[in-house]
Amino acid sequence: MANRITREQVQHVAGLAKLEFTDAQLDAFTPQLDDIIGLFETLSEVDTTGVEATSSVSDQLNVMREDVADNWGQSEALLKNAPDAARGFIKVPAIIDESEDNE
Amino acid sequence: MNYFNQDLASLHADLVAKKVSAKELTQATLDNIKDTDTKIDAFLNLNEDAALAQAAKIDEAGISDDQPLAGIPVALKDNIVTKGLTTTAASKMLGDFKPVYDATVTEKLAAAQMITVGKTNLDEFAMGGSTENSAFKPTKNAWDQTKVPGGSSGGSAAAVASGQVPVALGSDTGGSIRQPASFNGIVGIKPTYGRVSRWGLIAFGSSLDQIGPLTHGVKDNATVLSAIAGHDEHDLTSSTQAVPDFAAGLNDATSVKGLRIGLPKEYLAEGVSDDVKTAILAAADTYRKLGATVDEVSLPHNKYGVAAYYIIASSEASSNLQRFDGIRYGYRAKDVQNLEDVYVKSRSEGFGDEVKRRIMLGTFSLSAGFYDAYFLKAAKVRTVIMNDFKTILKDHDFIMGPVAPTPAFGLGDEIKDPITMYMNDVLTIPVNLAGLPGLSLPAGFSKGLPVGMQLIGRPFDESMLYRAGYAFEQNTDFHTQLPTLGGQN
Repeated sequence: MANRITREQVQHVAGLAKLEFTDAQLDAFTPQLDDIIGLFETLSEVDTTGVEATSSVSDQLNVMREDVADNWGQSEALLKNAPDAARGFIKVPAIIDESEDNE
Repeated sequence: MNYFNQDLASLHADLVAKKVSAKELTQATLDNIKDTDTKIDAFLNLNEDAALAQAAKIDEAGISDDQPLAGIPVALKDNIVTKGLTTTAASKMLGDFKPVYDATVTEKLAAAQMITVGKTNLDEFAMGGSTENSAFKPTKNAWDQTKVPGGSSGGSAAAVASGQVPVALGSDTGGSIRQPASFNGIVGIKPTYGRVSRWGLIAFGSSLDQIGPLTHGVKDNATVLSAIAGHDEHDLTSSTQAVPDFAAGLNDATSVKGLRIGLPKEYLAEGVSDDVKTAILAAADTYRKLGATVDEVSLPHNKYGVAAYYIIASSEASSNLQRFDGIRYGYRAKDVQNLEDVYVKSRSEGFGDEVKRRIMLGTFSLSAGFYDAYFLKAAKVRTVIMNDFKTILKDHDFIMGPVAPTPAFGLGDEIKDPITMYMNDVLTIPVNLAGLPGLSLPAGFSKGLPVGMQLIGRPFDESMLYRAGYAFEQNTDFHTQLPTLGGQN
């Protein structure tokens, strides 16, 4: 394995992406990602001196419009898609880790 | 009921003449899907009651001559949102998600009075080339149920190819309409970037994604594209260019006379199977016989397309998929202690492996210390690839080549090897990077499996591709050959 990316780096990137992997998953993912990054590195063969980057191929420039509020009247349907809701609000667990409260 | 013997114009004529009612057509379509889907697994969800109710309304009002799509059934890839109808993107993350609005294309189909009969399977969040990445089930190829249907619009392609529906919509980020169309022996187009609004398409790679139709024939495809294309204030990348009636000019089977076609030598290079090469060279001869010139041309940076794409598409995906956080909608993990847990556990349990791989690749490519070497480099190589196309299309009316290096491969054959799977897209990806239109249509067979040809045009010149596709179709019989499944002659 060429070690373009280490197991520790994979864990770091997973943290940034809000993902977590088991040891077995890390064992499988790390060499796969390493191979794919090896494919990415073939781009260094292309001379891009003085070449502009392309981020969009749209023929539209920024389109401006008035910022007008539009009430879809769908709050009930929207809340039905929420994993947990009560009295017109989405419920989430406490932001502070309650499991540590008793320590 | 199957759609092997009738094109849209003929179905429309029957509906106008009341030889069949919209309700009968819809019922027969639903019955046939239930009957054949045990073998194909193209559908994730049927829209039975609403479809029949809509059909009854259409019958009541009557169908007139100027409503070419009214009463005709259509299926939508399940990453296109449909109000009140479960839309999953084939992900556990959206297992029971009911959109509160319709995608613009969904609205446009409804305005044309097409009847949405159901939602088709895909690779999770459209990430894959075989539909094996669906969280729910793999779809099978209409021609051989041991083969993949391609992907990510594999459900839409297999549904049309097996005669379940006459039309389906797919989405194409790196080949996801064209490659499954090729694997199933049907017609599919990735329109020019900006031609069709993506409002309501669950975002994957926002600088690449386009929606397009899959059909049996070229003319049908043109008819449906005209119905779904056009500017939309909800998608600021959608173009204000006028939308022609793409089907109107399609009646001259010799209309390629005098055209100049480019055939890139890289499209017949290593990795492309002999049968595919043979089919494309024969297609070039067909065009020559019809009076067109076919020149060998070169896309020297084509081979870098896959690497550039997997950096750009994955980076955009990692950003787009941040919204799936277990809070407002979608999957939320159980047994979570705090907010961080909600995010991490919901995403880790809700996403499948390929989606996680792409999020990881994208996050890596955008992360501090790697951005210049990966994302920025890929965005520059994208410019170089675009310029290769521009050079050829300056003095050629369109480019022809294969869609995929091989015909459909076996279920399970490539799913464990991401790079092999990614390389299947080597001939379709550059077209997305350049934002050009690409049409896939049947051009041959290899051991009983369809082989597709790809026509690539100038921006917003889908008319040229349809014209050339129609001429090819009228002078060959590949599109008349049918899979042995479901109601063959």
